[in-house]
Amino acid sequence: MKTVPHTWLLALALTGLLAPHHLQAQATYDRILNASDEPENWLTYNGTYSSQRHSGLRQITAANVRELESKWVLQNQVFGAWQSNPIVVDGIMYVTQRPNDVMAVDPVTGRVFWVYRHTPSENARVCCGANNRGVAVLDDKVFMGTLDARLVAIDATNGRPLWDVEVADVNSAYSITMAPLVVKDKVIVGVGGGEYGIRGLVAAYDAETGEEAWRFYTIPGPGEPGHDTWDADDWEHGGASVWVTGSYDADLNLVYWGVGNPGPDWNPAQRPGDNLYSDSVIALDADTGELVWHFQFTPNDAYDYDSVQVPVLVDMEWNGVPSKLMMWANRNGYFYVLDRVTGEFLTGTPFVRVNWSSGLQENGRPIPTPQPAGSPTWPGNQGGTNWYPPSFSPRTGLFYLSAWEDYATIYRPEESVFTPGRAFLGGGFDVLTPTPGAPGVGVGRTSPINNWTDAVGHGSVIAIDPRTGEARWKFEQFDVSDGGMLTTASDLLFTGGREGHFHGLDARTGELLWKASLGGQIVMAPITYMVDGRQYVSVISGHTLVTFGLRD
Amino acid sequence: MRFFNWTGLVCYAASVMLLSGPEQGLAQDYFADHRYTSEAIEAGSRVYVADCALCHGANGDGVDGVDIRRGSFRNARSDEDLRRVITTGVDNGRMPAFNLGAAELEGVIAYMRAGFDPEGVAVKVGDAARGQALFEGAGDCASCHRVHGRGPRTAPDLSEIGLVRTPAVLQRTLLDPSAALLPINRPIRAVTRGGETIQGRRLNEDTYTVQLIDSEQRLRSLVKADLVEYEVSLTPIMQPTTLSSDEVADLVGYLLSLKGLP
Repeated sequence: MKTVPHTWLLALALTGLLAPHHLQAQATYDRILNASDEPENWLTYNGTYSSQRHSGLRQITAANVRELESKWVLQNQVFGAWQSNPIVVDGIMYVTQRPNDVMAVDPVTGRVFWVYRHTPSENARVCCGANNRGVAVLDDKVFMGTLDARLVAIDATNGRPLWDVEVADVNSAYSITMAPLVVKDKVIVGVGGGEYGIRGLVAAYDAETGEEAWRFYTIPGPGEPGHDTWDADDWEHGGASVWVTGSYDADLNLVYWGVGNPGPDWNPAQRPGDNLYSDSVIALDADTGELVWHFQFTPNDAYDYDSVQVPVLVDMEWNGVPSKLMMWANRNGYFYVLDRVTGEFLTGTPFVRVNWSSGLQENGRPIPTPQPAGSPTWPGNQGGTNWYPPSFSPRTGLFYLSAWEDYATIYRPEESVFTPGRAFLGGGFDVLTPTPGAPGVGVGRTSPINNWTDAVGHGSVIAIDPRTGEARWKFEQFDVSDGGMLTTASDLLFTGGREGHFHGLDARTGELLWKASLGGQIVMAPITYMVDGRQYVSVISGHTLVTFGLRD
Repeated sequence: MRFFNWTGLVCYAASVMLLSGPEQGLAQDYFADHRYTSEAIEAGSRVYVADCALCHGANGDGVDGVDIRRGSFRNARSDEDLRRVITTGVDNGRMPAFNLGAAELEGVIAYMRAGFDPEGVAVKVGDAARGQALFEGAGDCASCHRVHGRGPRTAPDLSEIGLVRTPAVLQRTLLDPSAALLPINRPIRAVTRGGETIQGRRLNEDTYTVQLIDSEQRLRSLVKADLVEYEVSLTPIMQPTTLSSDEVADLVGYLLSLKGLP
């Protein structure tokens, strides 16, 4: 091997300083705040604080999308649904794999620089898989929530831990599966555990030290407003988890979080009252964690309709007035538009078949129509949609989501006894099938054979016109889909589903422009980024992260 | 793409049409002939508690190798076998003979067949050997179904059906195939651009393709975009059986005996 002359080293160091993609991982708060100004990076879970998952990149277009080819594949070494959302900062990709590994990856070749491995406590309990949906970055640090309900800061350059704090008690089945949200100098996370009788919370930590800055319980304690929506001591174990990353409006200094189901999940009679702030969106002061407003989608929920969707923030005219809006396709089957300054309900329209409610009152409160025992409820337990990120394109003015259509379940509420750290479900449910005992559709896809078929539900990409709540177009699939959405400034929409097909659609019409069969279920949204003038699109399918680019 | 239903494959007789929904009164009567009554099940529960539970236990699994509630016995398979064992005893008196009245005997068998569930359905289970003869003969099952390497593959292979289906489901399939057809098994009819008509049983499907076994027992994978017609029928090829109640019980007994490689 030749030795390199020292002058060469000096030259390398100098070019390293000059080339922008070598200014590694200095994702300052100002850069994240203005992330839409640098679409070559993907700086936060949903791309920007407004969570529109809309990229300004336009190199890949309807005209050349058929020239996309796989540039690299990264294989996950761990079994189970891979729901992680990659972050890309200045030529480095940060992505997690089960249970709590962080990998720093070259986004051009897919080769890995380092792996940080956090081994969660054996006592960690999660209802629906050892998932992790990704990291947040700020300056020179990467942040990950863990299955044992800890928050870890990692050096973005060498992958070494910097601090590691407990957010909540793992022995009471608190967990973290979401990607944290960084706002200013704080890292904000929520906790999972809505199937285990936790008391949900959102907490903020000093990014530098890990010191807790504030904590907001999603179930009000004695003396707090809303406490009277719970009976007796139900509030102590009423669930209301927060397991999907929120959004942030810097002008209002509000962070918005979707809150999960009340517990026990399926027996509302056991927890009379509205059960605030379960199944709500909460707007918190980003500096203090104080509640500024809330809106509850499903009071006294009987159907596991977590409101853990991504709050999508849109500025546009509403009834002729420039407005700060929030758009929300809820697991309960309704698409909502709210005023995100006040939380006022503006409109709500079902986007799938709904029979648990006959409509919404003027203030957005649903008119409940509980079904007789043994009768099906639409939408079913997994919801009309769920946690998979939607997208809003300011170019088309349309809101895009994955919906489960023709899907219903039959609930069996039962009394449950609460024991800390144990499942607290309040009964069970069956998926409605055309034949008794036929296979139903489950939380994830575990077979290459779809023996449940579209007879128990199928997936649709729905493009909703938020002004009317009506579908502008639908793109239907045979199996259901947990695929999130990505739109681009070239009016492309990328998404996938459980069948492993990765679709490139025309965001204006829903026309299929391109597809790739990746084989494994796509249970997250794609991202896009640009390195050295080339646009890439990354998506996780099964155990592989596949990155596409245009043919050379 | 949406999929439309196709019902042209089998012409129903008018009397059979009435069976399409098991909730209908006529269908209830039709099924009733093949089942023990809820009164019998209820009466049988008292007989069981008085005479059987001492040895077999409240859950029916108190004797090694026997799990009554799940229909697993050492010396019996059919209801007739059970009658013989109960009235004559077995194993040199380890299981003594019981002198039960006819209604008590029927009741206790009904209670066993209902899985000890007073609200359950107690399907009559007949003789497996007679059932096999019906399967291969008058029942006309073997012309479509394959068992242990014999018979065509067009309909589902039944070599393990006794492991994966309850007596009640097997009986319903025989009496009302439409109500029991699993969605994945629905018959497919496709016409290609080249004019070929393909019929078969669905094995797998996704948004763009369908995999099936065709009427010539070939595995086929079709791209939907290449088809000019694609139809999924809600109606199975199999017709409701015309066998008698006792014959259906025998057939259920045979199907329950099919538990994989012999």
